[in-house]
Amino acid sequence: MAVRISIRTADYDVEGQMAQQSTPPQWSTGKSPLRHGDVPFRAGTVALASAVVLLVFAVAWMLYTSSQEARTAFGWDLLFGSTWNPVETELNPVSFGGWPAVRGTLLSALIALIIAAPLAVAIGIYLAELCPPVLRTPLSFLVELLAAVPSVIYGVWGVFVFVPFFSSAVAEPLSATVGAIVPWFAGPIATGRGLIVTGIILALMILPTIASLTRDVLRLVPNTQREAMLAIGATRWETIWLAVIPYSRAGIIGAIMLGLGRALGETMAATMLVGNTQRISESLFAPATTAASLVANELTNSVSSLHESALISVAFALFGITLFLNFGARLLIWFVERNTRGGRS
Amino acid sequence: MERAMTLTRGIGFGELVGQRVKTGQLATVDANKIELRNFGFHYGSFQAIRNVSMSMPAHRVTAIIGPSGCGKSTLLRSINRMHDATEGARAEGELRLDGINVYDPSVDSVLLRRRVGMVFQRPNPFQLSIFENVAYGLRVLGIRNRTTLAERVEQSLRRAALWDEVKDRLHSSFGTALSGGQQQRLCIARAIATNPEVILMDEPCSALDPIASLKIEDLIYDLREQFTIIIVTHNMQQAARVSDITAFMLMNREKRYGELIESGPTDELFTKPSDKRTEDYISGQFG
Repeated sequence: MAVRISIRTADYDVEGQMAQQSTPPQWSTGKSPLRHGDVPFRAGTVALASAVVLLVFAVAWMLYTSSQEARTAFGWDLLFGSTWNPVETELNPVSFGGWPAVRGTLLSALIALIIAAPLAVAIGIYLAELCPPVLRTPLSFLVELLAAVPSVIYGVWGVFVFVPFFSSAVAEPLSATVGAIVPWFAGPIATGRGLIVTGIILALMILPTIASLTRDVLRLVPNTQREAMLAIGATRWETIWLAVIPYSRAGIIGAIMLGLGRALGETMAATMLVGNTQRISESLFAPATTAASLVANELTNSVSSLHESALISVAFALFGITLFLNFGARLLIWFVERNTRGGRS
Repeated sequence: MERAMTLTRGIGFGELVGQRVKTGQLATVDANKIELRNFGFHYGSFQAIRNVSMSMPAHRVTAIIGPSGCGKSTLLRSINRMHDATEGARAEGELRLDGINVYDPSVDSVLLRRRVGMVFQRPNPFQLSIFENVAYGLRVLGIRNRTTLAERVEQSLRRAALWDEVKDRLHSSFGTALSGGQQQRLCIARAIATNPEVILMDEPCSALDPIASLKIEDLIYDLREQFTIIIVTHNMQQAARVSDITAFMLMNREKRYGELIESGPTDELFTKPSDKRTEDYISGQFG
């Protein structure tokens, strides 16, 4: 206390002009005691944030080095070759072509997205805009609960309930009629497992993710935008379609992309439903495989180091696909935002 | 226009009253556009306003003044039923537009709002081009013809005194990129594009600087020839400058609801208010 008073009086000389400080006051020494906490806090958060970046690079590096052996042996065939034969026989040499897995991953995720995105966005719109307030909380809770159900449970439900139903009610009649002309729906329906059932179950799994994110994004739209639309005589539907959705377009795309990411990487449900065969069939009803399920199925009982390396290459490809799609999604969001938010003048 | 300009040039009440309300000059003096009879409004168990009875004549500017929380915005928003989506919102009594109670079950609120436009406290343009901001209302009405749209947009922007400032960048510039005052005039253009009969303004100048506010006030004064304007304002000078009729509302301190203290021609209300509370308020004794 005494120190501060002496500084105050020393601030001015007799004429009332600023006096030169012989010793600077505490607040200008650059060593404020208040900021001691900031240093470890900053260091801690910086360290944790860089750990995330390091982790991504560590994973990529591990995938890169461990897949070296297979990549030097097979090159691009690992991605685009279609024969997968880990064990050498008299007729077939060892070969690792990951195309069936890559194709299966992309197709099943695409089917999931086509089914889930419109439904989930509609659910999000209902929850955010149209749902009576009494129902909003319980319904939102249920949707979030669906997102939390472990994938093995979706898999079990798919195997025992959905696949038998789908085979008899949809796949068989469809393959018997349309299947004769369109090879995508060709028979025979053996086990019922294949890309289309995988895609449908994946759709169910990503539906709650997209729906709840869409709802959150729509709730962020300022009420003034809705009121502006209502005040010019728009109906509820026009208000949602012309004011609310355009405002949150970027966020909705982000939600869909997050769902896509989940569909691409989903392992357990895909393994249980996809049929796990390395043969490529044009029919979506035929058994197939996905990258994630191939790695999960074979890595634990790989027969050689080359086999293991080839599986890691497939994992590497999956890593690349998700990275690439996420990057594309960022670009798309950036583009949409620039065209809706910005102040181009 | 000249008259409007002289009115908005920083003048006191006395001066104002001396030269204003040349009512006879206005083209049409027809019946009351809006009439309220014992009108009240509730949000759930909370009664926001109660027992309001007044008339708002056609082709006049009616100002609703009063301190915060007295229910003036609620009253304004009841006229075009903006509260419809609010849970528990409910009206009582009568609010007649051209003799029809707007809370009658037979009234479609969407069609009502096409006759009663609104300008909000904060400018709320859409994140679209300047042109689309004005054209949106017309598209909602089902107008698709490009020439018609272009004509109506130009006409509305001219009437909102914004045309000259934006005519070169109608399509290249976003409505949200304009200055606050321009955004508010854009919102006025959007409101008048659909050709409503009544325009409600909820403190349209409260987010604007004094110069932008004066422009809006001039505009309001001009627009009353075509529209019936109801404006809510905190600013008593503004009410005195732009309005023909003023209604003063106050929160009833014991019963916690807003009520109408008095309403009447603006010059009378400001010079010889009939209620002591009005006099206290306009002379700045409270509120």
